[in-house]
Amino acid sequence: MSGNPLLGALDAQTLVDAVGLGAVYALMAVGIGLVFGVLRLVNFAYGQLIMAGAYTLAFTSQAGWPTWAGIAMCFVVVIVLSGVMDRLVFRPLRTQSPAVMLVTTFAIAFLLQSVALLVDVRDDTIGEPAASVASLNQAITVWGLEVRKVTIVAVVVAAVALSLLALLLTRTRIGLQMRAAATDFATARLLGVRANTVIATAVLLSAVIAAAVSVLLTVQNPLVAPDFALKETIIVLVGVVVGGIDRLWTATLGGFAIGFATGVINGALPTDKTVFLPSVVFALVILVLLIRPSGLFARGGTSLVERV
Amino acid sequence: MMSEAPAQTSAPALAVDGLVVRYGGVTALRGLDLELGAGEIVGLIGPNGAGKSTTLHAIMGAVPAHAGEIRLAGKSLRGRAPEAIARSGIALVPEGRRIFAELTVDENLRLGLSGRRTRDGGEEAVERVHEMFPILRDFRRRHAGTLSGGQQQQLAIGRALVAAPDVLLLDEPSLGLAPKIVDVVFDALGEIRRRGISVLLVEQRAQRTVAFADRTYLLANGEVRLTLTPADAGDTDAMVHAYLS
Repeated sequence: MSGNPLLGALDAQTLVDAVGLGAVYALMAVGIGLVFGVLRLVNFAYGQLIMAGAYTLAFTSQAGWPTWAGIAMCFVVVIVLSGVMDRLVFRPLRTQSPAVMLVTTFAIAFLLQSVALLVDVRDDTIGEPAASVASLNQAITVWGLEVRKVTIVAVVVAAVALSLLALLLTRTRIGLQMRAAATDFATARLLGVRANTVIATAVLLSAVIAAAVSVLLTVQNPLVAPDFALKETIIVLVGVVVGGIDRLWTATLGGFAIGFATGVINGALPTDKTVFLPSVVFALVILVLLIRPSGLFARGGTSLVERV
Repeated sequence: MMSEAPAQTSAPALAVDGLVVRYGGVTALRGLDLELGAGEIVGLIGPNGAGKSTTLHAIMGAVPAHAGEIRLAGKSLRGRAPEAIARSGIALVPEGRRIFAELTVDENLRLGLSGRRTRDGGEEAVERVHEMFPILRDFRRRHAGTLSGGQQQQLAIGRALVAAPDVLLLDEPSLGLAPKIVDVVFDALGEIRRRGISVLLVEQRAQRTVAFADRTYLLANGEVRLTLTPADAGDTDAMVHAYLS
């Protein structure tokens, strides 16, 4: 039935784009999930880390830096900002309730957005172009499909990053300590696991992923504004909850799933109806949570509350 | 018998002086004193709520001490983070075992290496624990949550031992175990004593603990009520009186 928009949209082109979006969202979900695992902190300001990286790309591009130098600087800025956030905010608040920490990350998010706005409007316009990475947005033809280079890069980066992370978590001492800390931090500390080292490692890994996402998102959306990555962060946070936030891999799958679903629905909706994309996605989310409240991929009955 | 000699041979392995711990308005420990010599096994018994577990948690830095002093081989532990204390030569086998159910037996054991004071020697320490509890070698790839209660207790003790502590704290290691398995646990404690490790043993099994330990403190209401020796193990009247007082 070619008349059915949903079936008509499920062509290879849409699927490729949906996988690309899913890969970026999966990376963001890992970044958020890593910090949640050890701190039980939902970092709403994760999007603003990505935004800071995007501005770095824009400003280095305008200053005529080579692309590689701009990307390197993007990683430096995001990692340093993330470290400062941990040291100045998360560490003093570590023993507070999750609600206090969540609200604090809202405050940081808005603070960083305001700072970005102040920096951005110096030239009397909002939005800074990041031209140097835009060339990655060109499409190449693979087996008759138009595939943007960034889609390939996104999928490769996600696959490599997730594989390296899996190796780190399962094969190294710090990885073992991080897994133990995510389950029962108090007991892990009683065994000699250093809280600061484990948390700093999680924050660092999360920041590296945020910087990679900065590059990928800036390629697709080269006009950087203060609300950069805000919408994506909200969608990914929802995806993480839908997948199951208390486990890293279910959170990651949740991020991928919501990215993939968004891509498919975006392809299925007629062009003049794409304003309804969020409504459709969130309606699906509500449906999933009604059926599986502990998470789409969580094993039955193993919600966080019951585990502790 | 001497353990690997600490620098200050005159100082006891562990000394607690005038320890006070409060939870909100409730005083859990009111000036507790106890001493653990090198290579000694000291028991800590008493009714529920006497402050036995609190004592261990305060030593490990998991709950803050309001007053008093805790010294490990003469060095103060007060105000230090739990992980710093765990890395200074003291290990805890927590109540309820607290093993990581989703990690493998081997990963649980290796987690205990986090408390070692030196980087090397870890493999040998794991090997020695395997000799003591062969079940941990046989089941090393299993998820720890699939082990029986007794096996999990062996894992919890092994996990503490790989840190090569001078002092081992055990919080009710026989709780919920079948009598035959309790024998296995007490046999292990005997072996740990032979290795020269000082042991502070919190237990509900009062008589068995008094008979087994070099010395046993009976706690009631947050302070030491009686100090018992193995010779007192038959004197149940004194114990019952102290429990009920």
